[in-house]
Amino acid sequence: MQRFFVLTLNGLTEGMIYAAMALALVLIWRATRVVNFAQGAMAMFTTYIALFALERGAPYWLAFIVALLSGFLLGAVVERVLVRPVESAPPLNVVILTLGVLLMLEALAPMLFGGQIRSFPAAFSIVGIRVGSLQVPFSAFDLFSLVSVLLLMALLLLLFQRTDLGLRMRAAAFNAEVARLLGVRVGRMLTLGWALASVAGALAGLLIAPSLLLYPTYMDQVLVFGFTGSILGGLDSPPGAVVGGLAMGFALSYVGGYLGSDLETVGALVILIAVLMVRPSGLLAWRAQRVV
Amino acid sequence: MPAAVARWRSLVTPMLSRHLGLALGAFILLLLLSSQIGAYDDYNLAAVAIFAIATAGLNLLTGVNGQLSLGHGALMAVGAYSTSLMLRGHDLPLILVLLASLAAASLVGAVFGVAAARLRGPYLAGATLALAVGLPQIATRYSHVFGGEEGLTVPPPTAPGWLGADFPPERWLAWIAIAAALVTMVLLDNLLQSSVGRTFKAVRDHEAAAALAGINVARTQVIAFVISSACAGLAGSLFAYWAGLTAPAGFGVALSLQLVSAIVIGGLGSLSGAVWGSIVLVYVPALTSGMASSLKLPSAVGNNLPLLIYGAVLVVAMLVVPDGIDGGLRRLFALARARLAGATTNHKGVVDWDDPAGS
Repeated sequence: MQRFFVLTLNGLTEGMIYAAMALALVLIWRATRVVNFAQGAMAMFTTYIALFALERGAPYWLAFIVALLSGFLLGAVVERVLVRPVESAPPLNVVILTLGVLLMLEALAPMLFGGQIRSFPAAFSIVGIRVGSLQVPFSAFDLFSLVSVLLLMALLLLLFQRTDLGLRMRAAAFNAEVARLLGVRVGRMLTLGWALASVAGALAGLLIAPSLLLYPTYMDQVLVFGFTGSILGGLDSPPGAVVGGLAMGFALSYVGGYLGSDLETVGALVILIAVLMVRPSGLLAWRAQRVV
Repeated sequence: MPAAVARWRSLVTPMLSRHLGLALGAFILLLLLSSQIGAYDDYNLAAVAIFAIATAGLNLLTGVNGQLSLGHGALMAVGAYSTSLMLRGHDLPLILVLLASLAAASLVGAVFGVAAARLRGPYLAGATLALAVGLPQIATRYSHVFGGEEGLTVPPPTAPGWLGADFPPERWLAWIAIAAALVTMVLLDNLLQSSVGRTFKAVRDHEAAAALAGINVARTQVIAFVISSACAGLAGSLFAYWAGLTAPAGFGVALSLQLVSAIVIGGLGSLSGAVWGSIVLVYVPALTSGMASSLKLPSAVGNNLPLLIYGAVLVVAMLVVPDGIDGGLRRLFALARARLAGATTNHKGVVDWDDPAGS
């Protein structure tokens, strides 16, 4: 029972990170119908920028904000400069383009920041909280991760549902042609969508770095689990991304804990395929519809 | 028996004989070429042929049938592990090993293909990506069978005695790989020109219309997946011989993504595109790492320069030649032909069935 409790908490904290990554992928998918394989590498890069700032004596929170801002900029630049010109090309081309960006960033990071494995500080203690005499395997930093991802989701929800800008962004994603006719600057909305998604990715990178350590490919695994999470939840649904990301966190934690850590990804694969067999468009997708 | 003769006649179409002739010519040319070059180039030539088999199969699945697979590296792993396991303690004939590995990968591909036929677009990509991530882990989990992280060693294929005692093993491997690649290409090309190939394209272009025309969409997709897996298995088997070692690290997600990038860079949906892509896949890293080591850069820069250039090649290729090398060359030839003809030929009304949208 205690083991189950530990694994659940562990799944929750990791699942929140996958959820943030899944959310980033879903935001970009909804805006531009692209699965951005460079999302993890972009988050890796912004976390290196945060480390660079920390090493120059910046306080943690300043470095944190610098990373999120550089994520915003990086997302906007990648969309505007690289993705926009291939907008009308076959969909696979954009996938390959983002793979190219992934490889370039993973090559650039060690060139600029050094290739050795680095540790990355956490904002709060990473030792489990004490409740009475019992030490719970849930640290202050885990709580912070949970709260910050939830806060980001709440802000995004507010933006999309309650503001004029969010409405325009949704319109641009829903039907670019009609939105353009109604006076929405569709291009700007897509750029903004990529930028916001990259902030979510950058947050995931900052939150997982203390436990995974920082090296050029440290986000690859998070990207894969975030992607499978977003598929699990349904690529068109931001709440689905959160559910899918959390489900991946729990699944990996339980499979790893009960069956052995070397079966983690095989277990996750089996669960993903089992779910997709029942619901081929993810858990939270509307009725599967095919364009005729 | 006139009926049998007629049937034989109908099998040996002018197209088939032309393909066989072309393949034979290419084989002789490549044999002559491989005899002139050193061991290192033979090694690279073999790699191109091996990747060409895998990418040709993937291009059939993704380019012709429209199913994106990010997990073909895992199917190559099935072929490679079958080969390594068969050769452990036994000395089996090469052709038997190749065919058995091909069969093993086809079997796994059939199981996965049934699942894949229910999925579309990014969902299929996600499921196949999970395959690429998950399958190599089985090798680490059951290390007493699959040798764990260290993997299994594979003895190099021995050249027959009549080639001489000092015949380089790299050249023999290159010959085998080239022969296998050409056989694969001839078979796939004939398949693509047949009614089966047309059903593949019909399903890719419009599933509902294909179903209305009486095509069993799901079955067509499973068949494409199995054929494609067979190619991956054959390539994996040769890859095991080529590398001399089968270990999970060699079959990670990176391999699967390399295969997909090769078909897009080479040209989606054409066999020559698969060959172009394989050449890029092998020679861009080989040339750039040679270049980087000769420039005497600091190690942090020099070690990562090939990766940076490969990434940049992917990005630039997508921006400059969106239809791949094959498409770019075709446009170039068409332009040259139009210039030579000097006329303003009107192509309207002629539908290119490989590219009905005329993009």
